[in-house]
Amino acid sequence: MKSPHSTRKALRRTAVVVATGLALSMSLAACSGSGTGSTAASTASAADITAALNEKSTITVWAWAPAVADIATAFEKEHPNVTVKVVNAGTGNDQYIKLQNAIKAGSGAPDIAQIEYYALPQFALSKSLADLSAYGFDSFASEYTDSTWGSVKLGDGIYALPQDSGPMAMFYNKAVFDQYGLTVPTTWDEYIATAKKLHAANPKAYITNDTGDAGFTTSMIWQAGGKPFTTTDSTKVSINLQDEGSKKFADTWNTLLSNDLLAATPSWSDEWYKGLGDGTIATLNIGAWMPGNLETGVKEASGNWRVAPMPTYKAGDTASAENGGGGDAILEQSTNKLVAAGFLQYMNEGAGTQISIDAGGFPSTVADLNSDKFLNATSDYFGGQKINEVLVQSAKDVVPGWSYLPFQVYSNSIFKDTVGQAYAAKSDINAGLTAWQKATADYGNQQGFTVTSK
Amino acid sequence: MTTLSTLTPSGRALSGPRKPHVQKRDWTGWKFIAPFMVVFTLVLIAPVLYSIYLSFFKEQLVGGNSFVGFANYGQALTDPKFWESMGRVTLFFVVQVPIMLGIALFAALAIDSARLHLSSFFRIAIFLPYAVPAVVATLMWGFMYGTKFGLVGNLNDFFHLAIPDPLGSSWVLASIGNIVTWEFIGYNMILFYAALRVIPTDLYEAASLDGAGAFRIIRSIKMPALRPAIVIGGIFSVIGSFQLFNEPSILQSLAPNTISTYFSPNMYAYNLSFAGQQYNYSATIAIIVGLITAVIAYIVQNSGSRKEV
Amino acid sequence: MSTTDQARVNVSARPAKAPRMSRYTRTNKSNQGLHTRKSILLTIIMGALVLYSLLPLFWLFVNSTKTQAELLNSFGLWFSGPNALWDNIVATVTYNDGVFVRWFGNTLMYVVVGAGGATFLAALGGYGLAKFNFPGKKAVFAVVLGAVAIPGTALAVPTFLMFSQMGLTNTPWAVILPSLISPFGLYLIWTYALDAVPTEVLEAARMDGAGEFRTFFTISLKLLAPGLVTVLLFTLVATWNNYFLPLIMLSEPTWYPLTVGLKQWSNQAQTVGGDVIYNLVITGSMLTIIPIVVAFLFLQRYWQSGLAAGSVKA
Repeated sequence: MKSPHSTRKALRRTAVVVATGLALSMSLAACSGSGTGSTAASTASAADITAALNEKSTITVWAWAPAVADIATAFEKEHPNVTVKVVNAGTGNDQYIKLQNAIKAGSGAPDIAQIEYYALPQFALSKSLADLSAYGFDSFASEYTDSTWGSVKLGDGIYALPQDSGPMAMFYNKAVFDQYGLTVPTTWDEYIATAKKLHAANPKAYITNDTGDAGFTTSMIWQAGGKPFTTTDSTKVSINLQDEGSKKFADTWNTLLSNDLLAATPSWSDEWYKGLGDGTIATLNIGAWMPGNLETGVKEASGNWRVAPMPTYKAGDTASAENGGGGDAILEQSTNKLVAAGFLQYMNEGAGTQISIDAGGFPSTVADLNSDKFLNATSDYFGGQKINEVLVQSAKDVVPGWSYLPFQVYSNSIFKDTVGQAYAAKSDINAGLTAWQKATADYGNQQGFTVTSK
Repeated sequence: MTTLSTLTPSGRALSGPRKPHVQKRDWTGWKFIAPFMVVFTLVLIAPVLYSIYLSFFKEQLVGGNSFVGFANYGQALTDPKFWESMGRVTLFFVVQVPIMLGIALFAALAIDSARLHLSSFFRIAIFLPYAVPAVVATLMWGFMYGTKFGLVGNLNDFFHLAIPDPLGSSWVLASIGNIVTWEFIGYNMILFYAALRVIPTDLYEAASLDGAGAFRIIRSIKMPALRPAIVIGGIFSVIGSFQLFNEPSILQSLAPNTISTYFSPNMYAYNLSFAGQQYNYSATIAIIVGLITAVIAYIVQNSGSRKEV
Repeated sequence: MSTTDQARVNVSARPAKAPRMSRYTRTNKSNQGLHTRKSILLTIIMGALVLYSLLPLFWLFVNSTKTQAELLNSFGLWFSGPNALWDNIVATVTYNDGVFVRWFGNTLMYVVVGAGGATFLAALGGYGLAKFNFPGKKAVFAVVLGAVAIPGTALAVPTFLMFSQMGLTNTPWAVILPSLISPFGLYLIWTYALDAVPTEVLEAARMDGAGEFRTFFTISLKLLAPGLVTVLLFTLVATWNNYFLPLIMLSEPTWYPLTVGLKQWSNQAQTVGGDVIYNLVITGSMLTIIPIVVAFLFLQRYWQSGLAAGSVKA
């Protein structure tokens, strides 16, 4: 991760100023001009976008992130001719279903849609999304963290601009750790030992909850250095969920599972929120966007939680992965792509990033991540800890080279039929992963992909 | 009017029209049925025909669309996931439907017996759950099923019980059955109760003159009169069982590992099309489920009617 | 069996003009045999059933009086902490610029147009089937029953694609049109009309030169009233509780009915920076069922007779 240079400082300043509402007439051209050295093509496109933004138009954005509505309002103030209609069409998969339906029907899709990184290949490779290189957005590469840019760059195209990101960290309930005299684990072996000690001291308390979750499992495999999914020329897919990293994770997690050290509480259920509040779930290995959810969902545990780097498989190592997070893409169906591109740039490269951060999103922009204001921010909820220092370091430690399947949404949907069964029976997760691989490969072959299953 | 309706021979459940008394055959009736049929065609028949059309094709994410004849049907008939889901809903309706109808029948007879204090309160109270949307009902029960903080957890803690996890793999079908039973006891009870209310009082007078006791009255007067209502309740319950969807799909977030994507045929079809974009195969499943449901509904109706004759 | 048949014949001897009201004014069946003693045991058993029926509703009420924090930290079946019922109600109806009120209005519209229209179409069609003999009548019956057996959820995609071609998706019509069809309602009116509308009355009207539709609206509709109330009640519940179809058809929350909106609130706990608002989900759920419960209590004394006709002759 390079440190920000002057142009990016300029961008940040612009962002802050716009966000505070003092420079409402700041034109987008100025914003984009402050990006990295623009190519001739992108300059031309930038002019086209600027021209389009001056005409009367309306675009629709499907997004569930609460900040998007605020960003739209700020944008409309700068571009009074443009109306941005923000629609919450559902969270995650609910929205993808609607998006997929609209794509299938040939109409009804929005101009811009929020899409998580894991789902992006599915929409991009089916040619449902516009390649943003056409607007010169490929020149933004250095403004984003490697892992998020790697998630939106598929083949030679750029199919979304990253919005938030979720580098993983270990959130732990310090009150529980103090109460039972536990030390913060730095390796997974220590983590297992801590889990045993805690559960022995209080049989109702667990080190963490896990009922089998595709997003979590793939992130954990990522952290362990696994690269189970590779796609070449968009139709040739290879799957190996028993590679070294996948096994490393599964073996570790088998120990926790078979010793009954994982709370069988599904994440995001009300029982989960209760467990996070009353100390029966002592840690969470989760994306950097979690603080906001803890603050609003688990108010009663204010002051108890802290953030530490993820445990690693070898003492002294640093390794992290992305968990969740996503970007925003322009749909091929859009009839107003220039205006959409203008808003997209404002939202995820311009002033919108700060609004998103203020609303609790964890940024993917290098400049924001490395700004002193961001790094030094203290959180009362986390007992005054400078949590962003830990989280930003995690973003830098993300293991490179990960990619998702071009049908990851479906594959994740059948995770519970395969790996989930191993969780339910407290049996070998490796066997579950093998079953998942087989079902996924079968589906890929049925859909006409050439799947190599190792 | 009372007498007219009780006069007509019952038992021909859904067997279609009896001949109108005096009416020549012409097209006038179409003027009345036409609006219904137009909308019906648009929202049901057309999608069904479209599904049948889709079931003969296969569209791939890579490779496009092609005609495959009956290949999808062949695949479905040998698809273990499909048959597992059919087996599950069959078990569901064989166990849950008789329990639900039995309780509803008992409640209807009890309220009708005039031996109950506050019978109208009972009637309304038992009926109320029917008014609760399935979404809300499932959210409520889902909470109460919680073994940590839910009602089950509270009971276990308080009485030192060991009620097993209602959403664990061995109990989840029963737990869903409980929600469905809770939702529909009242509906079926009212169906039965209404049938009981139109039994002419003369019958009871005649029976009591013969010295018949309460149970004998139930057996020889009430049950025969109830049979058509039971058939109707049975048919709707069969269709409902085979279309099981809302309850398991909403509970899925609480029991991800015990409610699979092919828990019921309907969930399977849903997941195939909405998550897997296998619209063609999904349509095939829908048609097969429809055919099987229609056949079973027909059998239920016939067996119910035959006893009557 | 023979006793019953015998009795039926006896009944038939009674004048056909027995007041229809008698069917539901007979609230106290004191003439039903000699066993009218109240039974404590039966009352207790039924009490258990009532407990079962009302317990979840009690839970809903109790928890709608709790704050989000209390919700997670107190015994589910009793009140705890300060009574936040009013705060919760206010928060529910004002959250997100009062979107709940909008959903409430949508639901009301879907119910009025959908359930009202479904009842009307069922009345017309059922009456047509009962009182006229026309070519294709058997086919109508077979087609209606056959189509009902196809799982609705599985038809969602074809329906969605068709509606999308017609430009109906993401409009209220996508929700209203399918709810206009109530096969059960059609069937109920059909069986009900067979006897509730005597053919002699129709003949007389025809003699007077009244058109078929005029006869229907001026005479038959009134005679069908109890049946109509029953159908209205069932279609009311069906539209009020409609979840799956709107979920698929509507992408914009502006047209959501309450059920879909509440589920979206419940999912909101999974969003980055999203509010966790289970207390509003619970209070919203309670507010959702109140109107329909009221409608039930209000309509219930009218509709039993209509239902009886349908089920007795089924």
